[in-house]
Amino acid sequence: MSEQVAVSVNGRPVTVASGSSVAAAVMVAGASCRTSISGEPRGPLCGMGICYECRTEIDGVAHKRSCQVACTSGMEIRTDG
Amino acid sequence: MSAGKYDVVIVGAGIVGAACALECAREKMRVAVLDHDVIGGGATAAGMGHIVVMDDSEAQFALTRYSQQLWQQLRPELPDDVEYTQCGTIWVAADDEEMDEVHRKASYYQRRGVPAQILSAEDLERLEPNLRKGMAGGFLVPEDGVLYPPCAARFLIEKAQAYGATVQLGASVSHIGDGRVRRADGSELSAGVIVNAAGAWAPELTRGISVKKRKGHLVITDRYPRFVQHQLVELGYLKSAHAVSSDSVAFNVQPRRTGQVLVGSSRQYGAEHKEVDHEILTRMLQRAQEYMPRLAQTSAIRVWTGFRAATPDKLPLIGPWGEDSTVYLATGHEGLGITTSLATGRLLADELLGRASEIAREPYLPSRASSMEHAHV
Repeated sequence: MSEQVAVSVNGRPVTVASGSSVAAAVMVAGASCRTSISGEPRGPLCGMGICYECRTEIDGVAHKRSCQVACTSGMEIRTDG
Repeated sequence: MSAGKYDVVIVGAGIVGAACALECAREKMRVAVLDHDVIGGGATAAGMGHIVVMDDSEAQFALTRYSQQLWQQLRPELPDDVEYTQCGTIWVAADDEEMDEVHRKASYYQRRGVPAQILSAEDLERLEPNLRKGMAGGFLVPEDGVLYPPCAARFLIEKAQAYGATVQLGASVSHIGDGRVRRADGSELSAGVIVNAAGAWAPELTRGISVKKRKGHLVITDRYPRFVQHQLVELGYLKSAHAVSSDSVAFNVQPRRTGQVLVGSSRQYGAEHKEVDHEILTRMLQRAQEYMPRLAQTSAIRVWTGFRAATPDKLPLIGPWGEDSTVYLATGHEGLGITTSLATGRLLADELLGRASEIAREPYLPSRASSMEHAHV
């Protein structure tokens, strides 16, 4: 059994396996990462930091690529999707 | 007049050429607009798109204020994608010396009936919390605004077309003069008057005019809604914009409707290549971060350059080019072409019709002595 990490997504507690990306935590929470300028929900497409579709706010910093950041204990993640 | 001949052929479909086309077509002149590229593809697409009152000189004030009022009259007709937003400008004073300039500006604007307000350090911090703490204050001009220039140029061109103007894009012009416009493919158009509205490239068609390229860089960030609420300009900008020889940078940011932040500005003479110059880009962004430290945590998504058409006395050239009675100029607007385009169109149409204008035309005539200084440098 791997170690677990507790984060929050839009204020809601979520627990994921240690080493999980923020994008994974957002998916566990059932949220989309962001909303496009035309109002469409967006999430990780390439999963390797190229497409910028998975941007979320992490600990107060906007537009972080959630697929490239590992969850750490107590991390506050906010999405607009 | 026979078919195939035009009263006015305008070379350049930037926002200035577009405004000239509209005003001439509205007055029932037969108008053609030619551009080697697309509508608003030069400085029009590269600039910030401010609609501002400026007071470097009486003539600059008269032209910018008149033109701003014309934009306000046009505003109900502007399509949504022109993104006209009356966000106001705040001139930011970093120290007491710049606060003295705020007071001078306040009295100047008040005497001329332009609404404006002096901001204390506390006012400034409340209105723009992302500015560095410890600024001396500021000067708010609420009627200033921003728009998206390429769509504004397209709107003016479409309005001109509705009045009967013809537009030919992808048409390079190799020569103008003696009532003829020769395209690069060798074909010719005949015109009563040819208007050179080719911006920074105008000297290639009209040799000897005192217009030089002044290169600029801009950066746009990702979307950070409410990061900045007004157009912000440092008062030190005046020192920078007035330096006619050396490269300079100044803090100037704008909120865009998408929530993006447009960050400028830089000025370079003698840089003819369109590639990004990283040294001056770095200086520009450092300057911006001195004023707004949190910009350092934002993500820039695009950087580009453009060429302003600069004149020695910071005023455009609007009117007849004395050396050929068929050639008129509408260029040299430097960083104010979006603001002053509409007034330029009006003044040019007034000149062609021989009627009085709402403001004096003399300060912008190409024949003015102060426009000739470049030629002797």
